[in-house]
Amino acid sequence: MSTDRETILSCVHSALAPLTQRAALPDWTTELVVMRQARGAVDAWTLFAERLRGVNGTPLTRVAELVALLEKNSWRHGYCDPVLWPQLAPSFPATFKVETVFDRTRVDDYQFGITHASAAIAETGTLALTDRDTSSRLAALAPWVHVAVMTQDKIFLDLPQALAALPADPNIVWCTGPSKTADVEGILIEGVHGPGLQVALLLG
Amino acid sequence: MATQQIDQFARTLAPDTKAAVYDGSKKGHEKRTQVLFDHLPDANWLRQIAGEIKQHVVENLDAYLPQVEAKLQANGVKVHWAATAGAANEAVLAIMRARNATRIVKAKTMVSEETELAHFLERNGIECLETDLGEFIVQIDHDHPSHIVKPIIHKNRREIATSFEKNGLGAYNDDPETITRRARQFLRGKYLAADVGLTGANFISAESGRLVLVTNEGNSRFCLAATKCHIAMVGIEKLVPHDRDLGLFLNLLARSATAQQLTVYTEFISGPKSATQPDGPDEMHVIFVDNGRTNVLASECRDILRCIRCGACLNVCPVYRQASGHAYRSVYPGPVGAVLSPLLAGERFSELADLPKASSLCGACNEVCPVNIPIPDLLLRLREKGKREGAPLAAAGTPPMGAWAVLASQPTAWKAALFGGKLINFLPTKLLPIPPLRAWEAKRTLPEWRGGNFRKWLKERPKK
Repeated sequence: MSTDRETILSCVHSALAPLTQRAALPDWTTELVVMRQARGAVDAWTLFAERLRGVNGTPLTRVAELVALLEKNSWRHGYCDPVLWPQLAPSFPATFKVETVFDRTRVDDYQFGITHASAAIAETGTLALTDRDTSSRLAALAPWVHVAVMTQDKIFLDLPQALAALPADPNIVWCTGPSKTADVEGILIEGVHGPGLQVALLLG
Repeated sequence: MATQQIDQFARTLAPDTKAAVYDGSKKGHEKRTQVLFDHLPDANWLRQIAGEIKQHVVENLDAYLPQVEAKLQANGVKVHWAATAGAANEAVLAIMRARNATRIVKAKTMVSEETELAHFLERNGIECLETDLGEFIVQIDHDHPSHIVKPIIHKNRREIATSFEKNGLGAYNDDPETITRRARQFLRGKYLAADVGLTGANFISAESGRLVLVTNEGNSRFCLAATKCHIAMVGIEKLVPHDRDLGLFLNLLARSATAQQLTVYTEFISGPKSATQPDGPDEMHVIFVDNGRTNVLASECRDILRCIRCGACLNVCPVYRQASGHAYRSVYPGPVGAVLSPLLAGERFSELADLPKASSLCGACNEVCPVNIPIPDLLLRLREKGKREGAPLAAAGTPPMGAWAVLASQPTAWKAALFGGKLINFLPTKLLPIPPLRAWEAKRTLPEWRGGNFRKWLKERPKK
């Protein structure tokens, strides 16, 4: 099976053999990539919420606000992570239909999906999802609204800090606002394949 | 005078298309500059460091490739190698056949454009669907992408609405939101029915084996949430040494490509799904593709392998803006394409030998490059290669330089010409019956001839 492997590696070797000197790996400090807007931030949540709004995301701090938002748009059918639901259920009126198992044969039935976020990045307004903490990849992606439930202690100030603490998880997804495209005449449209509305709900 | 193919193509462009490409690329460039310098304290320094890191990777691929292979395998990924486009396509097909798979959804990957994977799979009875909105439109139109990041920069909404109607995606409607919703509805059914999700990789960390994917639409997420098998086709140059380097590259890529602080979705994939996760692939394959890259590595133009496919050099290029991507007759258009395409063509270099000439060498492509590739230098090296190999296209549209060469190599002839040059100041050159000169002078004025001043100075300078 490895003839192509040997071919490629031997071509790489002979291509590099004539080089008398190879480019060294430069040293650089992560300070360089921290955004101006994130320097000197006092409160991680405040910065996160501001940056999330900047990419058309929706930061919320109370379950009641979430319920009001869903009610206003008549989004009453959704999915919720079974671990989170007992905590949230008391705030949801009986008119809501919330399932705790995501059925992939009817993805369009769910108007919202509520799952855990593993972390957040303040400077970019980014939510981090993982296989370990997200109860269903599809439930966090297919419904029009995705609600990521997060806690204050999981907010990294900037990108380098979040990268330094990447968990050992096979599928880490950083979400920075709703799904979008500008393919048609450069016009911004949200909600292409993923959520058209990205909510971050701070709990605890 | 014979013109170059790229000029001929530009002349045939519809005014609509020309305007779309010009406006789209110009706007992209302006937004990039604003965001880059507004957000980052020293963006220019960043792109130089990023360039040095990638150059280091390129020049140490012999160490990094086995390292990343071992990492990937330790993470539970099956690693394949493909020396040619054909071998890469066959590898995908073999994985599909082994699973009795017949349907594949694919996210945007430039390397699969190189290998023409979708056509290959369709010929072999496999349904292969592009899921990036732009690429999907290109696919149903039997067209080609004309920009690395904005594949349908050359199309307007009316053309798209027409092809949606033709392909049974609803009655004619050219509202961009309606177009997007229809694609959303159509494609989600396709994701859920597909057996395999295919992606490329923007980066792979040699340190951790994490494969990094960025998309704005979320299509690669859907490919990896709905299917049971993930295949990633990756060019062998896509590596970065450490996870921390991604802080540099992700910041530069999003701003250079689409003027965003960060692309909406950045995925770090390091293997099949977790045991507790209900959705996603339980099998993952990475196919490392050469397809001409080791030839580029052996050439004097290996710096081009730093490229992270952001498209910034296309947006800024005065030639690309006038000619559009299809003028480059290859997968990679614009300045990067003018270097990369003829090189990747290998033995068929001569067919694209005119591309390195499609540049005024203004240097803007180098200035905007997030990995600081000296594109103008590389273009010059390729022009020389074209000349040396006697590729006819390398000389197309070039004024003959023979007379100048005779003058420049014989001192007496040179002196005579300098003297004769003075006459130009007194001649009504606009009236000379030399058509190219008259055409040139119709819009310009010849400067005053001042030849010989240096010689005069040299002769008369005070000697010690």
